Amino acid sequence: MRRSLPSRPDDGGGQAGAGHGLEKNGHNKGVHVSEPSADNLQLTGTGRLRNFLSIEGLPRSILEEILDTAASFVDVGDRSIKKVPLLRGKTLVNLFFEASTRTRNTFELAAKRLSADVLNIDITRSATSKGESLTDTLRNLEAMASDMFVVRHQDSGAPHYIARYATPEVAVINAGDGCHEHPTQAMLDMYTIRHYKGGFEGLRVAIIGDILHSRVARSQIHALNILGAKEVRVIGPRTLLPVDVEAMGVSVYTDLHQGLQDVDVAIALRLQRERMDSALLPSESEFFNLYGLTGERLRQARPDAIVMHPGPINRGVEIASDVADGPQSVILHQVTFGIAVRMAVMSMCMSGRETEESHAPQG
Amino acid sequence: MRPRADLLIRKARILDPGEGRDEIADLLVEKGRLVRIGASLDAPGAEMHDAEGLWLMPGLVETCAHLPEPGHHRNGTIASETRAAARGGVTHLCAMPDTDPVIDTAAVVRLIRERAMRAGFARVLPLGALTPGLEGKLLAEMQTLREAGCIGASNGGRPVRDTLVLKRCLEYAATFDLPVMLRPRDGALAAGGCAHDGAVATRLGLAAVPAVAETLDLARILQLVAATGVRAHFHQLSSGASLRLLRQAKADGLPVTADVSIHHLLLDERAVEQFNSLCHIDPPLRGEADRQALLEGVADGTLDAICSQHLPLSESAKLAPFPDSSAGISGIETLLPLVLHLVEQESLPLMRALDAVTRAPARCLGVDAGHLETGRKASLCLIDPNARGIPREEWLSAGRNSPWLQRELPGRIRMTVCEGKVTWLSD
Repeated sequence: MRRSLPSRPDDGGGQAGAGHGLEKNGHNKGVHVSEPSADNLQLTGTGRLRNFLSIEGLPRSILEEILDTAASFVDVGDRSIKKVPLLRGKTLVNLFFEASTRTRNTFELAAKRLSADVLNIDITRSATSKGESLTDTLRNLEAMASDMFVVRHQDSGAPHYIARYATPEVAVINAGDGCHEHPTQAMLDMYTIRHYKGGFEGLRVAIIGDILHSRVARSQIHALNILGAKEVRVIGPRTLLPVDVEAMGVSVYTDLHQGLQDVDVAIALRLQRERMDSALLPSESEFFNLYGLTGERLRQARPDAIVMHPGPINRGVEIASDVADGPQSVILHQVTFGIAVRMAVMSMCMSGRETEESHAPQG
Repeated sequence: MRPRADLLIRKARILDPGEGRDEIADLLVEKGRLVRIGASLDAPGAEMHDAEGLWLMPGLVETCAHLPEPGHHRNGTIASETRAAARGGVTHLCAMPDTDPVIDTAAVVRLIRERAMRAGFARVLPLGALTPGLEGKLLAEMQTLREAGCIGASNGGRPVRDTLVLKRCLEYAATFDLPVMLRPRDGALAAGGCAHDGAVATRLGLAAVPAVAETLDLARILQLVAATGVRAHFHQLSSGASLRLLRQAKADGLPVTADVSIHHLLLDERAVEQFNSLCHIDPPLRGEADRQALLEGVADGTLDAICSQHLPLSESAKLAPFPDSSAGISGIETLLPLVLHLVEQESLPLMRALDAVTRAPARCLGVDAGHLETGRKASLCLIDPNARGIPREEWLSAGRNSPWLQRELPGRIRMTVCEGKVTWLSD
């Protein structure tokens, strides 16, 4: 399927139904956003990855391919020459509309290990009027012949918007959008779980804390369900649990003690300071008393349970120091795996697009 | 725009829901006035239209249109949007006060009326501001605005947070029996939201506007209506819970009416899947149970009118990530086709559906329109119910922000006559 000029997104999407023969006035000024069609933005016609926007909508086989590909990259970091030439000659742009040095660094490192050229652009929310900032920025970047955008944005759906309308020729990887998804983080968490647990069958996983605002939690929930975990639990006070979250395939607990019963994996989420300012929680200390992951509470979990956290940690808020540094914690390993998982996603998107180009008829 | 015409429309199926009329007959307009409806009329010299197989009905009345002038020229003009209205069979449209500057002075009212008059495509019925600048702090000169041509007072999409100010606004309006048109919305509960608080917004990580933001404010206003006796019309109710409150208020005899947008009768929260910004609308599209309840509300008359909630937007307004895109649908041209679509789906009986876009909205607005009455200036439309079309093929609104643009919809408006003048004619 062809996706044409970003200035005329209406041409893409292959709308079904009548009317195509009559659309002669393509230059009509007002023609714009078409209804998103049901096609999958993330996969090529032959089912290969072309953008990595969300875990939702991806088949189990793709998630497993990411994990397997990542496994082949893990030892690249141990070599004396830490590079493979898969993305040589390609340009990757880290497009961060929301500050995050850590995530950006891991993407940069992953791209460099694949021999890509990397450009970092930080665009904190500017004073320009609605919508213009993003669209205009992207049109400028188009001129730089980029091959891949790694996008972090404060608005849910921003990477989808970019992939669909702004720059369909560029592979887009979501590095976190609003409260929607953070799929590469979830995949490195899946890698970590598979590494320590051997697989997902029969696993009970608890995700604890601010589910409402967590893009990490949403991606983890999708990934765990797709990969076949037995049960995914979310645990938190009702101010931090989104409406109808059960529909995502989770069981809901408001009591940490009960929620941790017999789990194989406990994931604590980072609690943002702003949650107190917006009257969602009374204080950090009350949160820790009720929902902080402590050694005593962890005893409810299975004895071989692992403890994870997407980082950076607030010690004594969502997790006790001795648990974060304790024998069940795999938090530091998560970071190492993160680079390999990002290398996997980047190389898969690029090769997916290359096969697409060689197969697709023009026009 | 043609001069006032002598028209003889023959053998049309005349549907006038306000009068309960449904018959095949001829209709004669002379010098712009509807002079006779009857069998085998004759009028030498009149322009004759053979309307066999067509429906002739009153011109549509839109209760809630956002016109782009003054202040939002990027989104079109009064001329472009009233022309779109005429194409949609709409003859009367009520204009919301949230223009820039807002309709809080007689000068703005005059400007709007003058531009509408000059364009000549539809009768524009402006609402004056309830509070200056819609700031919700002081009383606007409601009576002065009425004398300048406003048909009621409204605070647009902005809530009057201070309940004392709201009470005084309603008392003052009640003094002069001026109807108020209000959009119930609790500002604090709705702040920052862009989607219904249900499974879809949860999964997509979109900030929610809960249904209670609407019902809480509706309950507050209903208490004040009961206390002040003001005539009130509610815009754009979106939830089943609101409907229950309204039903009770009507049973209690309160002087209240309400409308619902056609989009909320046809779409639910799932329409925003894939971050479809074309379905970003305020209030948000709610759950399927709400949609069913709203349909029942229209069917039993609790919800009086169906509106298009017309809000044309420029291209860039929708070219943004969902939460950052502007809310609104350009809807005036698709109002009648979508109502016919509802009838086709057997969601509403024909006469009630047509009543909800003609006589009922006119009654809600307190204007004499939406029916076919002899002796008065003719406002009517002639439609081909069997024709089907894709709206984008002859779209006239400057805003192309519509999820219906590429859908095949029933009904084609062949002619619109507004106050005796032909405002739309098509083969």
